[in-house]
Amino acid sequence: MIILFYLSSGLFLGWSLGANDAANIFGTAVGSRMVRFKKAAVIASIFVIIGAVVQGAGASETLGKLGNISTLAAAFTVALSAALSVYWMTRMKLPVSTSQAIVGAIIGWNFYTNNPTDIGTLTKIVTTWISGPLLGGVFAILLFMLVKRVQKKVSLHLLYRDAIIRYGLLLVGGFGAYSLGANNIANVMGVFTGSIDLPVIDLGFATFNSTEQLFFIGGVAIAIGIITYSKRVMETVGNTLMPLTPEAAIVVVLAQSLVLFIFSSQTLSNAFQSIGLPPIPLVPVSSSQVVIGAILGIGLYKGGKEIKFNILGSISLGWLATPIVAGLVSFFLLFFVNNVFKKDVGANENSPVQEIVMKIDSIAESAIQDDTISLVEETPDFQAERQNELSEDDKESVDVPMIVFGSLALLLLLLSIFMTIKVRKIRQKQDSELQKLENKYLFKQKELEDTLAEQKVRQSDLDKELKFRQNEMVTMAMNIIQKNEFLSSLKNEIVEIKSSVKDPEARQAFNRLSLMISQNLSIDRDREKFQMHINEQNSNFLRLLSEKYPSITENEKRLTVLLRLNLSSKEIASILNISPKSVEMNRYRLRKKLKVSPKINLSDFIREI
Amino acid sequence: MSLLFKNVKELVRDIDEFINTVEQGVLVFKEGVINYLNDEKTSFAEKLERINYLEANADKLQRKIDDEFLMHSILPQNISDIENMLDKIDEIIDISKDNLYQFEVEIPYFPEEIVQDYIRLTNTSVEAALHAFPAVRTFFREPLKVKDILTKVFFYEKEADRISRNIKRKLFHEMDELQLSQKIHLRYFALHIETISDKAETLADMLSIMALKINL
Repeated sequence: MIILFYLSSGLFLGWSLGANDAANIFGTAVGSRMVRFKKAAVIASIFVIIGAVVQGAGASETLGKLGNISTLAAAFTVALSAALSVYWMTRMKLPVSTSQAIVGAIIGWNFYTNNPTDIGTLTKIVTTWISGPLLGGVFAILLFMLVKRVQKKVSLHLLYRDAIIRYGLLLVGGFGAYSLGANNIANVMGVFTGSIDLPVIDLGFATFNSTEQLFFIGGVAIAIGIITYSKRVMETVGNTLMPLTPEAAIVVVLAQSLVLFIFSSQTLSNAFQSIGLPPIPLVPVSSSQVVIGAILGIGLYKGGKEIKFNILGSISLGWLATPIVAGLVSFFLLFFVNNVFKKDVGANENSPVQEIVMKIDSIAESAIQDDTISLVEETPDFQAERQNELSEDDKESVDVPMIVFGSLALLLLLLSIFMTIKVRKIRQKQDSELQKLENKYLFKQKELEDTLAEQKVRQSDLDKELKFRQNEMVTMAMNIIQKNEFLSSLKNEIVEIKSSVKDPEARQAFNRLSLMISQNLSIDRDREKFQMHINEQNSNFLRLLSEKYPSITENEKRLTVLLRLNLSSKEIASILNISPKSVEMNRYRLRKKLKVSPKINLSDFIREI
Repeated sequence: MSLLFKNVKELVRDIDEFINTVEQGVLVFKEGVINYLNDEKTSFAEKLERINYLEANADKLQRKIDDEFLMHSILPQNISDIENMLDKIDEIIDISKDNLYQFEVEIPYFPEEIVQDYIRLTNTSVEAALHAFPAVRTFFREPLKVKDILTKVFFYEKEADRISRNIKRKLFHEMDELQLSQKIHLRYFALHIETISDKAETLADMLSIMALKINL
């Protein structure tokens, strides 16, 4: 049970790793709805545990070389320091990585306990921090080129391509989760391997040693982080860096998985050595930073226009700030655990901190002795008794302020955590309310935009309809004009023929014919139809005209409508079967009635009513 | 492997069937109009029945495809574009059916001298649509090649416009023996037939943008 308590800080670290880093593997797939979250979470959880148990030892060993933490209290404190640093830096929106935090915390332990930091191992680790993202970028470029070439050569149906990408995302995601477990389990459980020794479990077909059992527990913690919290991270920050196409997402995840795999595979390292190459350093690498490297690689391949170079700055800041912060937190927490709770954190006797503590103790002891000298003058029995009492009281008086101070500090720490959580909750609530409002306004805006677009389309349709109707009317009018002209010329022709004919019967027949034409000219069905048509089409205009000019007559209204169609006096004359001169006269009267100045064109004035 | 792609295979088949159905619908429309213009009443009635069936079938297939896309969130980044495209394809068969029914309901009178012009307009307008369908098929297989196919759609659409304009001019300027109402009626039928190529052009515009988007 006590072991579980000490492991809690590592488990918390594992949970946060699962919650955050699963987005690097399945973020785009889930965010773009190519893969359902449930499926992604199950695959990631299974493979992260397998990776941790099967291949987690290599990177963990390197961390052990950096600082072999031998006591449970120290391991607990180091893991807690890393977790708190990650938590605090994330709250401060600073770039942070669990891998760098744990290294910083171990170095903090080295400083506190006066254990030497292996510079060779440290150099190896720091080199990997830089080479990890670089390698991620190189892999991403090569893979992206390969994918593009394959896409060009193979012409697949879009739906088959979509299905292949889906399966590809799952497959690569599984490999990514495996590599994440293999490489990053050292961050979660690496510090505990030296201080916890669990009995070997023999299942018959396989045995699990203490480290493997610890890695299994850490893997489960990561899996719980994935299942319980990563969905939110995937949906919110999954695509913030750069929206990726599903093909690019496969490339990025595969590049990241390869880098993490390479830096955790003992077999690969041995294979390198066997062919005379230097061994691969097995070091926990930040998956987020490798992902950034991979995305930048794709950006560079595409021409570098979309690259935000300030990301590089933030990675560098993460490399520096995270270990320093974690180291400081670790140093102070170790001091606290060591001196307040009197827990062994593996400190050497000759460590500078221990020396300072011992000096404080000796000053306190000498002060006690000074006090006792003055009491020696009293009776020897009393002196001896008194001295014993005093020495005990004063020893306590050295510890009491320490405990009070420690408790206060612990209270303050708890209060600050409580306050941070409270503030975070309030901020989350405010954010969600703000988001809701924003969504509401966006929705309204979208609705308005849609309505506006619809109105525009409707307006343009109406304009087209209007133009079409006007053209129709003009065509109709022109038809009437042509017909009337034809009838007029026919009538004139008949009159001319009639004058040359002397037969009375024939003359009478011509007269009848002429009369028929005249009647047709004055009672024209087409004209009637046209009149009805224009009245119907211009009903609004005619109503407006009557309202504005109540004294306007029906004939004047008809003339106004024809003028609105931009017809000439001759054309109007033909339509109304009156002479052009009469039209001119009617126009003049209308101008007077409408009180239009002689400088203004009557047709323009009418169109503007 | 075939088990993995079973759903996809079925969906691909449905999409192909949908495009084939609409294509057949357009061909039936063409034959139907020609039947009407040649006064082949029995054949025309058959075409009406056939286009009715094809349109209903296309609707059924479209609904099935929509459901599949949404249920399995297939091509999530292009789903709205693809659904719009399917709508536009469906519109072509809808319009074809409606137009053929206009002939049946309104029984327009086509004078002998203009029949050939209407047949030419029908052929050209339908040709525009018939060239849009291979572009849709190509979009799903080789999006980069879509643009090359679409040039024919744009060509036939312009040609249909020109023929339609000529018909209208002929109706209103040369055929004095027709009543104005008849001229206007016939003009509407030129418009109806022309709409097929207009719809094909809208589909082509959409396809060319989608092909660009998918290749980004």
